[in-house]
Amino acid sequence: MITLPEVLLLGTLLFCISVAGIFLNRKNLLILLMCIELMLLSVNINFIAFSYFLGDIHGQVFVFFILTVAAAESAIGLAILVVMFRNQDTINVDELDSMKG
Amino acid sequence: MTQIIFYIFGAMLLLSATMVVVIKNPIHAALFLVLSFFSSAAVWLLLNAEFLAIALVLVYVGAVMVLFLFVVMMLDINLSTLKDGFARYFPLGIFIALLMVIAMGIIVGSDYFTSDTYTQINTSTTPSNTKLLGYAIYTDYLYQFEIAGVILLVAIIAAISLSMSKLKITKSTHPNEQVSVKKEDRLRVVKMKTEKREE
Repeated sequence: MITLPEVLLLGTLLFCISVAGIFLNRKNLLILLMCIELMLLSVNINFIAFSYFLGDIHGQVFVFFILTVAAAESAIGLAILVVMFRNQDTINVDELDSMKG
Repeated sequence: MTQIIFYIFGAMLLLSATMVVVIKNPIHAALFLVLSFFSSAAVWLLLNAEFLAIALVLVYVGAVMVLFLFVVMMLDINLSTLKDGFARYFPLGIFIALLMVIAMGIIVGSDYFTSDTYTQINTSTTPSNTKLLGYAIYTDYLYQFEIAGVILLVAIIAAISLSMSKLKITKSTHPNEQVSVKKEDRLRVVKMKTEKREE
């Protein structure tokens, strides 16, 4: 029998791993995109856990929409990444300073 | 039994997520991300979200992760410089992650989430999960569902227009420019002195 705090703890640990990943891999833009995917996955796990333990389907509808937006986000992000690599020949975040920000 | 399966797949999910973060090669990171999506799909199956578990495998592993792998393999990335700051930021990253684990763990582990409100598990198999989700999407959330479709359309257009090459490869003529061309555009009359012929 699974209990709610166990599933929530799984989502929490996954979210924290991906936050640590964003800190550790701040050079590589590809790994940053992957960490964002993991974060969205942990949020989805939370939604599904509450949907299961409250006996309510609406949480899963939100997971559906999050999946849609995440797919769109990663498609556009990877397209921007490819264009950037074509123009600047790097995906190192430190070298992307052409706007002098 | 269910709990043992949940722990196995949860441990697999956390392990593969850690490998995504720490591994050096982006291709291996993408493959570990596939493994983490698979194990979280198994966790979702245990939580009676069958449709979304299958959708996660089909959409994410089938489409998005293939896109990731395609991009990783297409780009010729210099791997040596991309992990430079790893050791420097390691203590900070671990510290912040631990802080978040403690802060969120206190909230998540409290007695509030073990109360009777959160044990109304719907174990009946009829109607099925897919049917319930379909009813919800096509009645209560119809407009949001259409907006989700528009978002996907925008993503398609944006991805194509971003990655389409700006270089003009084909040679073509523009008839309206050809018709509207003036004499001054093409012809230049140069005044110069007449030269004497050498005898």
